[in-house]
Amino acid sequence: MSGANDPYDPKEVAALAPETLRAAVDQAVQAFTAAADLDELAAVKPAHLGDRSPLLTARREIGALPPAARAEAGKRVNEAQSAVREAFATRQAQLQVERDQRVLREEAVDVTLPWDRVPRGARHPMTTLAERIADVFVGMGYEVAEGPEVETEWFNFDALNFAKDHPARTTSDTFYVAPADSGLVLRTHTSPVQIRSLLERELPVYVVCPGRTFRTDELDSTHTPVFHQVEGLTVDKGITMAHMKGTLDAFARAMFGPDSRTRLRPHFFPFVEPGAEVDVWFPEKKGGAGWVEWGGCGMVHPNVLRACGVDPEVYSGFAFGMGLERTLQFRNGIPDMRDMIEGDVRFTLPFGTEA
Amino acid sequence: MRIPVTWLTEHLELDEVPTPEQLADAFVRVGIEVDDIRPLNAVTGPLVVGRVVRIEELTGFKKPIRYCQVEVGVLAADAATSSTEIDDPEGMGLTGGTAATAGTGEAAPDVRGIICGATNFAEGDLIVAALPGAVLPGGFAISARKTYGHVSNGMICSAKELGIGDDHSGILVLPPGTAAPGTDAVDLLGLDDTVLEVTPTPDRGFCFSVRGLARELACALDVPLIDPAMLEVPPGEGEVVPVHIEDEQACSRFVLRRVTDLDATAPTPWFIRRRLMLAGIRSISLAVDVTNYVMLELGQPLHAFDAGSVKGSLVVRRARPGEKLTTLDDVQRELASDDIVICDDTGPISLAGIMGGASTEISDTSTDVLLEAAHWDPASISRGVRRHKLPSEAARRFERFTDPALPPAALERAARLLREYGEGRIHPGRTDVGRVSLFPPVSMPIDLPDKVAGVRYARGVTARRLQQIGCAVEVTTSDSGVTMVTATPPTWRSDLRQPADLVEEVLRLEGYDSIPSVLPTAPAGRGLTEVQRRRRTVARALAEAGYVEVLPFPFTSPATWDAFGFAPDDVRRNTVKVLNPLESERDELATTLLPGLLESLQRNVSRGQRDVALFHVGQVTLPSATQVPVPDVPVATRPSDAELSSLLAALPRQPLHVAVVLAGQRQRTGWWGKGEPASWADAVQAAKIVAEAYGVELRAVAVECAPWHPGRCAELRVGDWPVGHAGELHPKVVEALGLPRRTCAMELDLDALPLRDNRPVPLVSPFPPVLLDVALVVDAAVPAADVAAVLRGAGGDLLEEVRLFDVYTGEQVGAGKRSLAYSMRFRALDRTLTVEEATASRDAAVAAATERFGATLRG
Repeated sequence: MSGANDPYDPKEVAALAPETLRAAVDQAVQAFTAAADLDELAAVKPAHLGDRSPLLTARREIGALPPAARAEAGKRVNEAQSAVREAFATRQAQLQVERDQRVLREEAVDVTLPWDRVPRGARHPMTTLAERIADVFVGMGYEVAEGPEVETEWFNFDALNFAKDHPARTTSDTFYVAPADSGLVLRTHTSPVQIRSLLERELPVYVVCPGRTFRTDELDSTHTPVFHQVEGLTVDKGITMAHMKGTLDAFARAMFGPDSRTRLRPHFFPFVEPGAEVDVWFPEKKGGAGWVEWGGCGMVHPNVLRACGVDPEVYSGFAFGMGLERTLQFRNGIPDMRDMIEGDVRFTLPFGTEA
Repeated sequence: MRIPVTWLTEHLELDEVPTPEQLADAFVRVGIEVDDIRPLNAVTGPLVVGRVVRIEELTGFKKPIRYCQVEVGVLAADAATSSTEIDDPEGMGLTGGTAATAGTGEAAPDVRGIICGATNFAEGDLIVAALPGAVLPGGFAISARKTYGHVSNGMICSAKELGIGDDHSGILVLPPGTAAPGTDAVDLLGLDDTVLEVTPTPDRGFCFSVRGLARELACALDVPLIDPAMLEVPPGEGEVVPVHIEDEQACSRFVLRRVTDLDATAPTPWFIRRRLMLAGIRSISLAVDVTNYVMLELGQPLHAFDAGSVKGSLVVRRARPGEKLTTLDDVQRELASDDIVICDDTGPISLAGIMGGASTEISDTSTDVLLEAAHWDPASISRGVRRHKLPSEAARRFERFTDPALPPAALERAARLLREYGEGRIHPGRTDVGRVSLFPPVSMPIDLPDKVAGVRYARGVTARRLQQIGCAVEVTTSDSGVTMVTATPPTWRSDLRQPADLVEEVLRLEGYDSIPSVLPTAPAGRGLTEVQRRRRTVARALAEAGYVEVLPFPFTSPATWDAFGFAPDDVRRNTVKVLNPLESERDELATTLLPGLLESLQRNVSRGQRDVALFHVGQVTLPSATQVPVPDVPVATRPSDAELSSLLAALPRQPLHVAVVLAGQRQRTGWWGKGEPASWADAVQAAKIVAEAYGVELRAVAVECAPWHPGRCAELRVGDWPVGHAGELHPKVVEALGLPRRTCAMELDLDALPLRDNRPVPLVSPFPPVLLDVALVVDAAVPAADVAAVLRGAGGDLLEEVRLFDVYTGEQVGAGKRSLAYSMRFRALDRTLTVEEATASRDAAVAAATERFGATLRG
């Protein structure tokens, strides 16, 4: 190597000789290629690109050349330096990719591990079913009406045209509030909400009333003393039984698919005349599509309209009611009603948050 | 009600007899429910009438066994004689006859040995024998077989074995003279029939009879009815027994007929026994069977008195205080002043319409029978049945209204049957007091049915259908030119009171299936109310947060409040009580949702579930401080506002609550590490989830409140208004209810949460924040929320958020103290905040905390 005090030799600076430069480049490339990882590469970098590397040393010799030779020598050194830098960058990029791949590989996890740190809960299918039914009717322009569970006999029976001696009023059917002459019952159906709606709202009335109801049935696989109903009431001018049929058919289709429909059989309920029981065509019925008893319905009895101050000569209407437990039971094929009552999370969890 | 098809079709003029299924469809179409269509299971093979010739009682077996010689026809051995009819239509031939007469030129009786385990028959009785080769209902094949040491050549059948009744207490003994031995029993017994079980609706009492059901079928099938009540009733010659009706409201008509010289031992003819049997009524004696038969046929229940036991004249009245009556079932009953009784000179002899008295009961020696048919007030009968717990076939009809025009015809029919089959003499007299009140005519526009149904019926349909059900119909034109139809209901239709009732008749007979499906156009609705929407949000948010919705019953018991540790004067012990609970000890309607929820929790835990979090949204019932009596409000018109508000005031308050309970781990232990047990804080957080759904902020304040842990209970407030509680349950409550340790609970009154119409719109600054932390040492009793509130208040507009991130107690802060570490985020709306500005705000906040709580900055 030439030092600062080396004798001046304008023609021959060995460090700048093309062969020397080429050899330096070759050595650098070799060293970089030989580096197995980024650490090794970093370790060999100063020897080839550092201050004391052959090329930088050579660059310092340029000044010793006669001016005419400087340009060419400078160019040679630049080219050599570029080649080394490029070799370094290439190798570095290569090693970085290798490192990244390795690291990501090492960070791989078992994605099948369970994650149930805070498990989600669930809505009860009864309430989501009630909401779904409400939504069907809200979509038709109805509003959702509600009422209390402890109700006066007047709302639960009298105004609904139940005679004073009607058997449904006995303690073998109806829960009464003590004392015996309290005049209060646990509502036996959601129909008192019909009365409340007609008394509270402006005509016309289009309401749907889901709610909890009570009858003195012992709990078994198909009965429960506390159950849920949904009631519909329409009172308007010119309402016909055909309108009731149309509404029930639309309801059936919304609940059980486009092939569903309803069938009416004459029946007696004190608060409707004419009255009917309604069957629904259930395409997914166990053992094949067929009719399933669904609920009761009819044209609102003129006595009911009168008790609410609605003139039956001007207005007419229809009402219908279904048991939600029963609907859920046949719709979802639930063999035992008690499963809906007991609150076992294993029953409810699979329903998630939508019915 | 069970009724054989052939009994119904007998009263219809039919060109072609419909199948039982077609009849059932017709019933359903007009509104009579058909619960069962039960064909009598056809017997195949030889089933014949037999006569018991000789009975040999076999001994040495565990039960009585008889080896019987039964004559089952004539021997076919001699072709010349085998076709000869036995000239013995009464079947009363010699007993003890054997096959010994063979070869005399007369037919030799075919006598078989048959083993029988029943003992209700004697030599000479006619029975039904299934011979080898016969197959009885249920695939029971009969063959000759050796049993009890003899060859049994067939089987003597019971009614049940033949599929015509439930009686299996003995074999079926036919009335003497029914048929000759060897007669094919399938035809004779009417085994080729179908029983329909129907449930008419309670408003149509007349349908609880062959007469009424046949009338409905006549309408449904559009064929003429042959009315079994259309029989000639001769005028009575004088009275049978004088009767006075004291209470005409209780009894509008009372009719008596008398049959004397009755053969009390006369058997009931087979056709009556058979029909009673198929209807599910046991045969007792001719007189009783006839009253039952007429009741089934016409719908008019009859009562038969032993005429000899009736003293003097009869009075129909309400019972007097203290009166007693021993009824047919030998029970002495205290009579109520609402009971209707029939009295003779000795006092009450019958609980009218419900059950006769023992003193005048007809016995198997009664030869003089007083037959009674009356019309009773349905409501009185209904109350009486409930009062005395005495439901009966008769009362079932009376309480649904019987045809007041029917008693004379029903008595005539019964008397004639007794004369024909009991050799009685019909007394020429008849007592008939009271009257038949006719129903007022009902008028309506003749097209009202069309308007109600939304159908255009063919001309004349309305008048024709109303006539068909028995109305007298008149069509007129009103002054305003509207065609009106006026229908006078028949005496058996108490349910036709107003136009709607007539409309239903037309619609159901024309068929509901002819009504089209038309969707009405509702006015634009307003969607769910705010309250309804929020309730859904609450439920969904809790479910997403890990809670499972349950729907427990509201019934609870005082023992629950004891377990809850409620003080004796705790207002929550003051409940609305159920008069007739299913479980006598659970007669209270809960004032909180927790008892039901905790029971569900306990059930889940007992079924092996460990980490359980449940919620319930439901009404609770809070009695009013003062019980307001419910006024008697009429229903003829809309109640006045005063009446309405007094009705509503009588109701207890029933606010909507939400509650959660949780136990076990809230965050589970797993491969990720240790979990977190459910804690009081989760319960408080559940309340916050609910409040967020309502857009309101809850404040927690430490209180002592059962059933919560006194040191771990938060009262939740909106502003200063308490709306619920959350925390860990009291260990004693947990123990008393058998709950998992450290069970937590929250309950909120949703109705008490205010509805926020508009939520605040935040101003969002795009500038960077300055984050500063402070650790404040305060007295351990100072609530963290209060410190945060002071920091928030004093931090000024630049303070965007204060969040507690650490709580430290220990030596470094000294006894009775704790360090609360808050991170504070400062930001300006309009510029990049400098650290100096933020620090100044922080210092102001800290200074306020120092002033308020003596807080010191932790070094």
